[in-house]
Amino acid sequence: MKIILRIRRSNPENDPVPHYREYPVDVEPTDRVLDAILYVKQRVDASLGVRKSCAHGICGSDAMRINGIERLACKTIVKDIARDGDVVVLEPLRSMPVQRDLMVDQNAFFEKYRSVKPFFIPAAPPRPKEQLQMPQQRMRYDDPTKCILCGACYSSCPVVAGKNPQFIGPAAVLQAARFVFDSRDIGIRGRLAELDTPNGVWACENHFDCTKVCPRKIKVTKNINETKHAITVHKENDHQAV
Amino acid sequence: MSYAALNTTTVAAVHEFDSVIIGAGGAGLYAALESSHAPGKTAVVSKLHALRSHTGTAQGGIAAALGNVEEDKPEWHAFDTIKGGDYLVDQNAAFILAEEAVGAVYDLENRGLPFNRTPDGRIDQRRFGGHTRNFGEAPVCRACYSADRTGHMILQTLYQQCVKNDVAFFNEFQLVDVILDNKKCGGVVVLELATGLLHVLRAKAVLVATGGFGRMFGTTSNAHANTGDGPAVLARRGVPLEDMEFFQFHPTGIRSMGILITEAVRGEGGVLRNGKGERFMERYAPKLLDLAPRDMIARAIVTELRNGNGILGTGGPDDFVNLDATHLGKSVVDAKLPDIADFCRTYLGVDPAVSPIPVQPTAHYAMGGIPTDVDGRVLTGADNTVYEGLYAAGECACVSVHGANRLGTNSLVDLVVFGRRAGKHMADFVKRNDMPVIRADVADGARAHLSKLYAGGSGKESAAAVRDRMRSIMMDKVGIYRTGTLMEEAAAELIALRGLFSEVRVSDASSKFNTEPLEALELENLLDLSLVTAVCALNRAESRGGHAREDYPDRDDARFLEHTLAWLDGTKITLGSKAVDRSHFAPKARTY
Repeated sequence: MKIILRIRRSNPENDPVPHYREYPVDVEPTDRVLDAILYVKQRVDASLGVRKSCAHGICGSDAMRINGIERLACKTIVKDIARDGDVVVLEPLRSMPVQRDLMVDQNAFFEKYRSVKPFFIPAAPPRPKEQLQMPQQRMRYDDPTKCILCGACYSSCPVVAGKNPQFIGPAAVLQAARFVFDSRDIGIRGRLAELDTPNGVWACENHFDCTKVCPRKIKVTKNINETKHAITVHKENDHQAV
Repeated sequence: MSYAALNTTTVAAVHEFDSVIIGAGGAGLYAALESSHAPGKTAVVSKLHALRSHTGTAQGGIAAALGNVEEDKPEWHAFDTIKGGDYLVDQNAAFILAEEAVGAVYDLENRGLPFNRTPDGRIDQRRFGGHTRNFGEAPVCRACYSADRTGHMILQTLYQQCVKNDVAFFNEFQLVDVILDNKKCGGVVVLELATGLLHVLRAKAVLVATGGFGRMFGTTSNAHANTGDGPAVLARRGVPLEDMEFFQFHPTGIRSMGILITEAVRGEGGVLRNGKGERFMERYAPKLLDLAPRDMIARAIVTELRNGNGILGTGGPDDFVNLDATHLGKSVVDAKLPDIADFCRTYLGVDPAVSPIPVQPTAHYAMGGIPTDVDGRVLTGADNTVYEGLYAAGECACVSVHGANRLGTNSLVDLVVFGRRAGKHMADFVKRNDMPVIRADVADGARAHLSKLYAGGSGKESAAAVRDRMRSIMMDKVGIYRTGTLMEEAAAELIALRGLFSEVRVSDASSKFNTEPLEALELENLLDLSLVTAVCALNRAESRGGHAREDYPDRDDARFLEHTLAWLDGTKITLGSKAVDRSHFAPKARTY
């Protein structure tokens, strides 16, 4: 079948004004959208800017907006989004500066990620065996461990894109949740300085766009709400302890 | 000379670190943690963002004889590794692998890695191919796992620890050259994607941890980034490569796409069936069946397809067999294999709990690579002398713990055990040594190399055409079953293709975020490694592990129980050999 990729092109170096260009591509219905993009890049226009690596939805390199929705190009099958002759619109993620075409600057996204102390802060000192954790305790934080930090949720978030660009965003909260709900971790107090602020968890307004677009099918909004709850409980307990 | 070529020939900066690590997968990040006890002294350079590294796609597990589910011993793990590698494994290294795997898994858990758990809260373990109890008696539960995203969790955990320890990252800088002077390493020359500029990183110690190079094959589980940059750059610098003829085909890739379907599907009880519905592994490995080592299962599948026993029955390139996990039930599939279920739904439109998964073998793992000792130090040849300050670890290295065929889950073990060892050795090395003196012209070679990509070629050959041709030559002529005639053809064609590559020209003259020259460098690296692979494979006139010669179907210990070393000079390859350490087990016939 044939599709037409309509790609938003721009390159601050020599082509700064964003514009759309169309590329007709012959594809198999079962091809990935990434396959069609790479056909253009490798056979039609080598200047097309796109990131890719694993090509099966794990590395998180090729998040972009496909027909207006954040997706991984390697995890989007042509027949699932287009019929023969259809136009497929490809645009870079929102809320991140464009570097070239479909490539965006994720530095601010990763800075926000780093701000929540996204690493294990253990309750117990290291030991030469494993720390015990019951299966149900392990499953408590299973969902957020699937996150690949592709940035799809961040781009989809209307709060980040609109009223509060300083919101640390769904992915950063999710990464905090991964530790907040880990029975072995005691780092919640250290994470409050970022989480318990107007730009932290409380900026989330439950639009659920993050959950809708997550290519790993993580219940992002639910995790954010549970983190809000955990913070409230933690502060109440702290207060009572005083 | 164009503006762009001038730009790409400018050295933007010279940076200095005690240790520089090239590659941010499991080996590189673990080494960074071990070698970065003081801030600002270690840098990790990755051509991707570190979190995009291919370690993240490893699925099924990491072997360690914890004995949490049933009795197990490191000695059994070492034996399985040696037998699995068809006795081409260096046995002392295999014992280090098996013994230190236990501590490495505990260390990862102590750093927060969310392993699945047993009912009493310990790290859970499951079966994997070729891993047995008591020297081959029966499959053993040895693979520690985190659902079917064990590699993802290792990469995430190690990256998180690097964030905690403030490790310096150079994201999206690609290796162009390693500074090697008189067998002493002085740093690296890298190309920055954001600017198109060259940077020099001067360092006392450099670790090459660039991963695999499965992209030389037409059908592969490997990421686009797996182009063997480290081994290729070093080979052009005169460093030998070891055992390059051994490349593993994983038996279960998604039909036609090559996407990996973890062996854990079979570890959990899944079985392979041919077009007649037969569990054909009964005929090839009566004891271990579907949990035989990968090389044997990949060959069994090809044999079934050739005999007309595929699902289509045509034996053509689109023919396949089925991996049947339907009897496991939805709860097991969803709980223990959630990503596999997701891949099957996305790419095949099937639910593995309901329908079998159509699979074909897919090029997966390089057993060969940069020769190192057990501390990751790169060897200059057969006599075990080392390049001062130069290290390699992970898939790009050859210790050798995988020999002629790697067992499932041992890649992650290799990363963590030898990544850690290399990092520790580097930490000590940099304390005892001064910053090397490097010459003012160290970047000139890299600069000339890049200029040639812009201005040297006629542009009448496209990189895409050369890449396609290389991948089909390797797939068709240096694949699962090999013959001398076809490999001679392959070597000649690859030499011609290497010539055609000089006609490729980078067409996009802009400098910022221009991936075209980077992809050209990657293709060049793959071309060099393809040729080395084909020539080494042609030279080994026997069948051993993943190297199966139809014209020499038997293992020949008298002539070939030795490692191959290959030195690349242009398109000329000089071969040598190196003894195999056999200090524990005498070679035996390899049956399962």
